[in-house]
Amino acid sequence: MDFEFTEEQEMIRQAARDYAERELIKDVLERDEKAEMPTKHVQNLCDLGFFGLMVDPKWGGGGMDTMSYVLAMEELSKIDAATSVILSVHNSLVCYGIEKYGNDFQKEKYLRPLAAAEKIGAFLLSEPEAGSDATSQRTMGEDKGDHYLVNGTKNWITSANMGSVYLVTVQTHPDKKHHGINVLIVDKDTPGITLAPHEDKMGMRSSDTHSVMFTDVKVPKENRIGEDGFGFKFAMKALEAGRIGIAAQATGIAAGAMERAIQYSKERKAFGKLISEHQAIAFKLADMAVKVEASRNFVYKAAWLKDQGKPYGLASAMAKQFAADAAMEVTTEAVQVLGGYGYVKEYHVERLMREAKLTQIYEGTSEIQKIVISRAILK
Amino acid sequence: MKILVCISNVPDTTTKIRFTDNNTAFDAAGVQWIINPWDELALTRALELKEASDTSIETITVINVGPQSTEPTIRKALAIGADDAVRVDAQAPDAYAVAANLAGYIKENPYDIIFCGIDSSDYNGSLVGGMLAEFLELPSVSSVSKLDIEGDTVKMNREIDGGSEVLTTPTPFVAIVQKGIALEPRIPSMRGIMMARKKPLNVVPPAVDEALTEFISYELPPSKAACKMVDAENVKELVDLLHNEAKVI
Repeated sequence: MDFEFTEEQEMIRQAARDYAERELIKDVLERDEKAEMPTKHVQNLCDLGFFGLMVDPKWGGGGMDTMSYVLAMEELSKIDAATSVILSVHNSLVCYGIEKYGNDFQKEKYLRPLAAAEKIGAFLLSEPEAGSDATSQRTMGEDKGDHYLVNGTKNWITSANMGSVYLVTVQTHPDKKHHGINVLIVDKDTPGITLAPHEDKMGMRSSDTHSVMFTDVKVPKENRIGEDGFGFKFAMKALEAGRIGIAAQATGIAAGAMERAIQYSKERKAFGKLISEHQAIAFKLADMAVKVEASRNFVYKAAWLKDQGKPYGLASAMAKQFAADAAMEVTTEAVQVLGGYGYVKEYHVERLMREAKLTQIYEGTSEIQKIVISRAILK
Repeated sequence: MKILVCISNVPDTTTKIRFTDNNTAFDAAGVQWIINPWDELALTRALELKEASDTSIETITVINVGPQSTEPTIRKALAIGADDAVRVDAQAPDAYAVAANLAGYIKENPYDIIFCGIDSSDYNGSLVGGMLAEFLELPSVSSVSKLDIEGDTVKMNREIDGGSEVLTTPTPFVAIVQKGIALEPRIPSMRGIMMARKKPLNVVPPAVDEALTEFISYELPPSKAACKMVDAENVKELVDLLHNEAKVI
């Protein structure tokens, strides 16, 4: 066992922290208020190499480990999870998925520009009637010989606008149910793709979320990842990796709220003493610290397993469920510690609470994680 | 043209300062170490100059006097963009030892511009830059807030009482820089971080092994007194407090 980070991992954590504290903080409230995309920040984070950081240098990536990535996710999410989710989808779903399961042609054409952050990736799985039940895909990918003809709608798609490389799940053989699902790499500028307006969300308001409509979209067969019918398995495997990123994000949201609550408790007085000296508040802070630390340990363990090349599906589901639920609890308590100030936007914790909620929903709800976990332990 | 940036390894500026051994030594337990902020800005300016197309800077080297434990800080400077690094393998007990060891190396390995931060954020001595220039018998310019290279000339702004002085000096020289030299330090890129270990970090033996300063003891500044609130209407109480308690009027 070794709980020490390497010098590089510490440097990456510090770089992410510096960027968040110097830059993201400047306009995070305004972007949240106006639901404005963090276009400038995504560009800066691309320039710094945060997009594509885990891809093999052979394909132009940073060649860093998952541990480095989760530290970056945690630090950015302390300030602004709406920006970090764009990073998470790009790195742990799209880059990872193509690198792990794509062929050399697909890697050359799509992974290379994704690794160089010339293009941003999006993952299109959810549908109006297929969220947790991803097997009931209605988006059709009709086999037309040399191409698939795609028709249907995808919902709540992160980076649908700023992304230009889409990984899209489609049903090709409805009779085969989930064995008939394929995943296709689709260029966003392919004719027949239209975007609905930006979703007006509860939290993560500045992240780029749209419904995407496909009308007779022709996708060459060479863009299918894996064998015919591999799509569902691909999506599940990509989500196993993605959940580590979201668990790290949830940990960061919780840690960010906790840091603000601790700071406030050491400045605010009530009944003649600092509120941190009241046991009612001190115990809340202790509970927060335990939850944040436990989340970290779950996340780091899952990242470590992935870096060791060991199975990590169970660990990432546990990390995601625990960290997301902990983030909701910790941010709610942080609002309570700050009281009236906590309920006001200027103090950030109410925003972190709204952001925390989404970590219990996307990339598999907390309930879906319990299905994954219970199935694994009952096997 | 070759640039050398002298960097000091200092506790993070938010560190809670504690002492040990009966207040005769700084307690380094749990301290996060960083590049001295002025030195980091000097490095930032050096990188900007190198990137500007009209200058002919070949290399930027960073140098530190310190034990092996300072290497993560040195590698951070390499990650930010310095080309190579030198560590003079010695403790840094006082400004004299640091300046003499820097001078020992630079005499053998000359540079055109030697950057020093105006002071280090731990001891705030403001001594190393001036001492170093004297040891090297080179000109030095203090309180530099702006530095540009125009052809073969280095043009600088120096903060003086009530204004700013513009001057030039031939190279080689020591530039002692302060606020304004660069806007803010750079965040290392992922590529820079991965490259840092691949760049040369030469460890050289010290030229001197003595200090001229003996630290007797350390003490913390008195803690800030609590703020007293006086009702806006109650001028009498305010005057009374200022007169009898604060004794300022």
